Amino acid sequence: MGPDDLNRLRWQCRRGLLELDLVLERFLEKYGDRLEGEHLSSFQTLLTYTDDELWDLVRARTECRDARFAELVQWLRGCRDRTGFQSI
Amino acid sequence: MEVYKADVAIVGAGGAGLRAAIAVAESDPKLKIALISKVYPMRSHTVAAEGGAAAVTRPDDSLDHHFNDTVGGGDWLCEQDVVEYFVAHAHEEMVQMEHWGCPWSRKEDGHANVRPFGGMKIERTWFAADKTGFHMLHTLFQTSIKYPSIKRFDEHFCVDLVVEDGRVQGVVAIEIATGEFRLIQAKAVIVATGGAGRVFRENTNGGIVTGDGMALAYRHGVPLRDMEFMQYHPTCMPRTGLLFTEACRGEGGFLLNKDGYRYLQDYGLGPPEDKPRNKFMELGPRDRLSQAFWHEQQKGRTIEGPFGSVVNLDLRHLGEAYLRERLPQIYELAEEFMGVDPAHTPIPVVPGVHYTMGGILADGKTASGLPGLYSVGECSSVGIHGANRLGSNSLTELIVFGKVAGDEAAKFAKATSISNPGAIEKQADAIQARALGIVNKADGTERIAVLRTEMAKSMESGCGIYRLGTTMQETCNKIDELKQRYKKLKVDDKSKVYNTDWLLAIELGYLLDVAQVIVYSAFNRKESRGSHQRLDGYEQRDDVNYLKHTLAYYNGDGAPRIEYGDVKITKSKPGTRAYGAAGVKADEERKKQGAANG
Repeated sequence: MGPDDLNRLRWQCRRGLLELDLVLERFLEKYGDRLEGEHLSSFQTLLTYTDDELWDLVRARTECRDARFAELVQWLRGCRDRTGFQSI
Repeated sequence: MEVYKADVAIVGAGGAGLRAAIAVAESDPKLKIALISKVYPMRSHTVAAEGGAAAVTRPDDSLDHHFNDTVGGGDWLCEQDVVEYFVAHAHEEMVQMEHWGCPWSRKEDGHANVRPFGGMKIERTWFAADKTGFHMLHTLFQTSIKYPSIKRFDEHFCVDLVVEDGRVQGVVAIEIATGEFRLIQAKAVIVATGGAGRVFRENTNGGIVTGDGMALAYRHGVPLRDMEFMQYHPTCMPRTGLLFTEACRGEGGFLLNKDGYRYLQDYGLGPPEDKPRNKFMELGPRDRLSQAFWHEQQKGRTIEGPFGSVVNLDLRHLGEAYLRERLPQIYELAEEFMGVDPAHTPIPVVPGVHYTMGGILADGKTASGLPGLYSVGECSSVGIHGANRLGSNSLTELIVFGKVAGDEAAKFAKATSISNPGAIEKQADAIQARALGIVNKADGTERIAVLRTEMAKSMESGCGIYRLGTTMQETCNKIDELKQRYKKLKVDDKSKVYNTDWLLAIELGYLLDVAQVIVYSAFNRKESRGSHQRLDGYEQRDDVNYLKHTLAYYNGDGAPRIEYGDVKITKSKPGTRAYGAAGVKADEERKKQGAANG
């Protein structure tokens, strides 16, 4: 992924919900450099969801209809873990 | 530079901007509307409002009750004629939202349900499950799509207003995806960019809430009014700012100190009762609850632990089934972000900055003193919040005054025309050069993150829940210094595509201007009122000298010029702002007084 792609993701990770800001910021820190191919395109698709849809997915209120997103969603869910917020 | 010719430009596409856009479109389908937003509209911060929107609904409620709760809650710094308009038009806007598809929660008999909120005498908060902001935003967004006259400029970052011939005639924005500049000519501009909570460190606001529109209007000579009044929300998750909404207290949650004692009874909010009672204890106003936390902390009665100094929000007595049904979001937040099961363990909470009461000076019709410029929503000071906002008034404000702003801007646009397009384009070129100057600077040394952190820490220390002249002076000095250092900002990324460093650098400029206004406004208000509380000899409200609005004017490189404006009082003379049993007594005395006066 080039720097422009990462920049685009960084901007699109700015959300109306602080909860999502926190999770997505942590996600990008942890996985940003590693996002390639299927994972990258899945993440780009997930970012087009409304805040409400995305947050419901992150907190497991809904499950993803598309199996391709499953692993990525698990990574995102891992980023809401409270240990990720100790230093904020 | 590409030019788009609109009649009305709206900066910000959250609830207020969308409602305004719809109003312009409905007022005259021939008017071309440019709706500009730095993020996609559905990612606006309106989405985060969970609680609800106030409108008089129950037969035992009245417009007077809503008026009195708002004006008393605002410590008599509200524009009372504007509050009268607001409460009178709230209900019709709720119904309008319903007609557009907003799924308001209902009672079993089919009527719209309303719930209690802090500082409110009678239940009047409309809600849509626990996602009111989302549903309102979604409803407005979907409705806006119906109107072909609304052209959206999503992911466009507004860098300046264009002021020519003494009136606003457009805006210049960067298309974030390409880095290209666009001049959006407009006969009227509505600013609807939200608040400025990110000036502080511990806050509940999304990262996009950076005071953009406030700073832009301010730099063009429009004063920012009453900016010293920042609302702290009393129940936030420590260190993240995530919000445990007022609903948890409305449903019967208790606030306990380290001894398990409901300490609010020591701060004029008692007596404590088992069931929640409007305007008592945990349903007192937000500023009083946040201030009580501070006092408990000073007395060593907060709980020290891995989350810092906290008090406990105790929901255990409500039981797991009830909590999961009525407060599912709160349950999840506590479980997932803190590892706390609220059915069995109290939730540690602290106050956090939540809402900017002040904003761009606007009259009751949302117009600023700069012809053609209107403002609405949290960025605006139309005058309904005074020194402390009543919970659930802000979502209503978006739609009541969003409509007013749209109608007024449409009227203005129809009665005027663009003057001197050549001069406007020349100005736009100069704006572009200034914005590019930030990224193209060769000798920058200062870092964005460093300046932001120093600003937020200093604001927390100088403009926290309680304030002292000495610490405010230190913060004034610090922000002055940071504004100088900002001129030497280094932006590493020189690219054009999604250059977030560049945009964050521009946002930092907005934040610093707003921070400076907040602290200078606070320093100069030598009294305690609403959310502005001092401990250095000015502990009391001083109606003789400070029943006044603060007006902060831009002064170039110097500190803002502070002036004062009159407060419009129509029917509620300043009285004792009391809650709990003392509030009941004060109400009775006010009634007697009213009867005696005929």
